[in-house]
Amino acid sequence: MKTLLKGTLAGALLLSAAPAVYAACDITEGRVSIVGNEFPAIQTVAAGAMACAGDGVEVTANLTADHQKINLPGMQGNPAEYTSAIIANSSIVALMNEDVIRPLDDLIAKHGQDIPKNQLITINGKVMAVAFMANAQHLTYRKDVLADLGVEPPKSYEDMLAAAEAVRAAGVSEYPLGGAYAAGWNLAQEFVNMYIGHGGEFYQSGTAQPSINNEQGVAALNMMKSLSEYMNPDFLTHDSNATGAEMEAGNVIMMNMWGSRIGNLQDDEGAPPEIASNIAVAGPLMVGDSGTPATTLWWDGWTVAKNISDEDAEATFLAMKNGISPGILNEETMGQAVWMIEGYTPAPVNQGVFDAIAAGSTAYPMLPYHGLMHTALGNEIADFLTGKEDAATTLADIEAAYTTAAQEKGFL
Amino acid sequence: MKHKTFFWFILPTSLAMLLFIALPIVSVIIQSVHAPHEQVIVEVENCDIFGCKKSTMIDQEATQSLRDADPLGRFVGTDIYTNRNHLALAEVADAWRASSGVKDFTAQIMNLPFYKAFAFTLTYTFVVTPLVVILGFMVAVAVNSIPSVLRGPTIFLSLLPMIITPLIGSLILFWMIDSRGIIGSFIQTLAGDPNLSLKASTPLTWVMLIVYGVWHSAPFAFVVYYAGLQTVPKDTLESAMIDGASRWEQIRYVVVPHLLPLTTFIMLMQLMDNFRVFEPIVGFNASAHATSLSYFIYDDLGGETRLLSSAAATSVLTIVGVAILLTPVLIRTWRDFSRK
Repeated sequence: MKTLLKGTLAGALLLSAAPAVYAACDITEGRVSIVGNEFPAIQTVAAGAMACAGDGVEVTANLTADHQKINLPGMQGNPAEYTSAIIANSSIVALMNEDVIRPLDDLIAKHGQDIPKNQLITINGKVMAVAFMANAQHLTYRKDVLADLGVEPPKSYEDMLAAAEAVRAAGVSEYPLGGAYAAGWNLAQEFVNMYIGHGGEFYQSGTAQPSINNEQGVAALNMMKSLSEYMNPDFLTHDSNATGAEMEAGNVIMMNMWGSRIGNLQDDEGAPPEIASNIAVAGPLMVGDSGTPATTLWWDGWTVAKNISDEDAEATFLAMKNGISPGILNEETMGQAVWMIEGYTPAPVNQGVFDAIAAGSTAYPMLPYHGLMHTALGNEIADFLTGKEDAATTLADIEAAYTTAAQEKGFL
Repeated sequence: MKHKTFFWFILPTSLAMLLFIALPIVSVIIQSVHAPHEQVIVEVENCDIFGCKKSTMIDQEATQSLRDADPLGRFVGTDIYTNRNHLALAEVADAWRASSGVKDFTAQIMNLPFYKAFAFTLTYTFVVTPLVVILGFMVAVAVNSIPSVLRGPTIFLSLLPMIITPLIGSLILFWMIDSRGIIGSFIQTLAGDPNLSLKASTPLTWVMLIVYGVWHSAPFAFVVYYAGLQTVPKDTLESAMIDGASRWEQIRYVVVPHLLPLTTFIMLMQLMDNFRVFEPIVGFNASAHATSLSYFIYDDLGGETRLLSSAAATSVLTIVGVAILLTPVLIRTWRDFSRK
């Protein structure tokens, strides 16, 4: 009830500001209930969808960092509690695996002809989601420190190690490198980046059989270990929030960071102005000689639940379409993300993500069993970085843990 | 009490226990011997904003017919219990055959996720429980002997660690023991090593979690012992004093025997609580160095792809573990009861 009230209220507020938005919704009745992650860009989209609330149209949103724990159970019932889940290319897989989202082709034919084709995510020829923003990890660095030392911003992780040594030798910072190396999801993500950067393939072609215990896997782990020697010794507990805070505190000079978080680093909260104004971004880092950047590309988009009535599906589609219409872009929302929306003008804060796309980076694997691989990576890599075992043992452990889980889930 | 009266008296409790304890356990056991069906995988082409590429997906129609035929999933018996992520019987046997000695064998076993978690869980349980009992008793005796004006505030302060939610308590300490936090830098100064980090070393992480566990649970033992101290017979204490017993002897020969049943009770509660240690591992971000059986379940349920059968099997193993741990204490209680 409370969220409902809030939704109507937010809708009413937006309504008074932009009456044109309301007219664009064109919904007569239905229930719209959104679940998604909580960061500024998604809040903007949800507010845009809530603007459609009105007579007979109920729009609510539940935005939380724990969205992945609740979106699947909330869509498995019939009728589903959530009519739309805002997801990314990794998390759409969990919803696809359980078959809880519906193809959007009919709704696009009816209402969505004006959505640019490149925003449509098609799986096996069917549109399953509509993307509205892109994200990637890329180099973030302190331009003042590197300029003082006469060091060029690194283009590769090998350069980064040399630059880190220079910063340490100059006595600027004992631990000049940052990284989201917290055991679990973050650590696994860094390995995914590094392994792809070395040109590695996670699976034997066309199957769910793992194939990471190879030269590229060892090289990726060794590079991570070399980098960790320039990181705060607590690096296995640092997620992207913590490593961002370390940069704002002036301890970290260079790191691989999410494009969607740069705005928070450069704003006037957290870091003193002399640090915040010197935080700069550049393209993703290369590693080895594969020619593929050591990063992954991500998109965020929305879906429509399968287990709901056609009216609710239609209302949800229209409300979400309104949430990503060019009307939501204004001075404040423009820099929140690399929007895939018409009328978006890139800002310097987003340059890293554009560079990542331009450099031909790989999209994060959208495979039904990759979530299990990610979990196995996150649990096992710490043993190598703490020096408990060698790279080959760690890689063998990862493959064994993944294989066991995949057998249980029926993938192998 | 008449049988009929007893029956009606106990009925609501038994019904609630059946509904909220017995049935869930049965459901967990059923879940743990079933696994999801074989997934029918098809190769597809996916297009997103970065371009098109070959990928795979689950063929929902084909998988659905399997699900309809057998909604519980495929029966796998004890496969989940014995696979590598749990008891790992095959891997343990291999390690036994291939290892060069006890040390090598232990190292290989400790590399298996379940045994790694089990080792920490047991260490934590068997170190924290006695320390909590001893520390709680010492605090209770100390508080009992201070002037009554100061007792109220002292009791309140001593209870604080238990009042703070475990997750919040461990998060606060997490920042205090950071290498730049107040406790962290103090320990660095003490050790004379500016690079010492509690969070970076496995043994120190274990020590930290155990110290936290004692800090958090000691108030429970304190409160129970403090209540018990109020019931120590004054006559016996006085006669001990007249006999010339020192304060230590009074405690040793009068107070401790009197409080023995309470000690059994505290041990029972603490063994159960400590065996399912979980929050500090999350709060201290310590999963790189220490995992427990409960953390293991959390990890299975919290990933992008949920492992329900695996979580169910670990839950059953945890229940079995608690049962084994409690057996000696329960047998002892039963003997005491029968003797009377």
